[in-house]
Amino acid sequence: MKLREIRDILDAEVITEGTDLEKEIKYVFAADLLSDVLALSKGPGALLITGVTHPQVIYAGNTIDLGAIVFVRGKQPNEATLQLAIQNQIPLLATRYIMFEACGRLYQLGMRACIEKVKNGPG
Amino acid sequence: MTVFDIVKSFGLKVRAGKDRLHEEVQEGYASDLLSDVIAHSRKGNIWVTIQTHPNIVAVATMKELSGIILAGGREPEADTIQKAEQEGIPILASPLFTFELVGRLYQIGISGMSPC
Amino acid sequence: MVRVENHIRFQEVFHIQGGNFTNAGSISSQVKEILKRAGFSDNVIRRTSIATFEAEMNVVCYADRGDLSLLITPRFLKVVVDDEGSGIHDVNLAMREGYSTANEKIRELGFGAGMGLSNIKKNTDEMLLTSKFRQGTHLEFVIYLDKQNEG
Repeated sequence: MKLREIRDILDAEVITEGTDLEKEIKYVFAADLLSDVLALSKGPGALLITGVTHPQVIYAGNTIDLGAIVFVRGKQPNEATLQLAIQNQIPLLATRYIMFEACGRLYQLGMRACIEKVKNGPG
Repeated sequence: MTVFDIVKSFGLKVRAGKDRLHEEVQEGYASDLLSDVIAHSRKGNIWVTIQTHPNIVAVATMKELSGIILAGGREPEADTIQKAEQEGIPILASPLFTFELVGRLYQIGISGMSPC
Repeated sequence: MVRVENHIRFQEVFHIQGGNFTNAGSISSQVKEILKRAGFSDNVIRRTSIATFEAEMNVVCYADRGDLSLLITPRFLKVVVDDEGSGIHDVNLAMREGYSTANEKIRELGFGAGMGLSNIKKNTDEMLLTSKFRQGTHLEFVIYLDKQNEG
């Protein structure tokens, strides 16, 4: 799915200027705890849905070559986060939907995660 | 839809509060940041998180949430289970990670709330 | 016989300030840049970056200060982190996924999920963790270089 479609489904605002909205996003995952960000992504180019807006999310995203980040719950990145994102070429979007709704909408339209479940979890 | 309906649909493991599964679920909330949950969640929400420490029970009690689903194969700490039993908060466990779990809950009709 | 593995091609030491959340992550970012410029494979860069990030975050979250060294040899990359602080009481417990000693502040910033050490283990080929409770912690990890891709 292209960033453009993601923006539309989430009624999102594109924060980083000059973002290529034709950028293809293959996987999505949602996390507020940064170690999960690192553990969940299997390859570059994923979309992260998160409520964490401080610069560490960009550093974490950079280590796994994230494709883009969507902040939920109407949150906006601070200046430091924005500058880092521009430096590392990670597009930032923001939606007023909460994480639950944002995930639901993208899932309904066919977006999936890199890793869907733990191998030895309960159930 | 009740918490029990969700447990059945997804084959979730019940780690605490098995006497409170009749609670009606009013939409869902997903976040691992407690301050966010305190600020934005609403009564009756089913809460999806990977946080496992006892504070999650305090938050769920404070906000009168219908239950907590631990995603990503997480298991609640022993203190968390004890507190949940005391407060009557169902704690469920799923091997699915947040995005997948929420997506499926959404598909069976549990939506998020209107935008902030 | 000369042990090629001990021939260090590159070494740099970074200092980490405990409790300084503002800059947390900047060192692993610099390490990534070094590895990119050196032309290592994406796989090696990614795994080293993740492990270094987690190691850096642990010092920021739980220690007073620490030093992180990056060593590059023809056969492997090695990162050594020595910190001063409260140390780890039970290393085996600390390695367990989900086990965390994070306080509220740390959790609210999005850290403290209890995944850091296991993330390091998963992404590295060798890992050593020792600690003196109330003094500090010593962590080192190694990532072997793929002979086909690396220089």
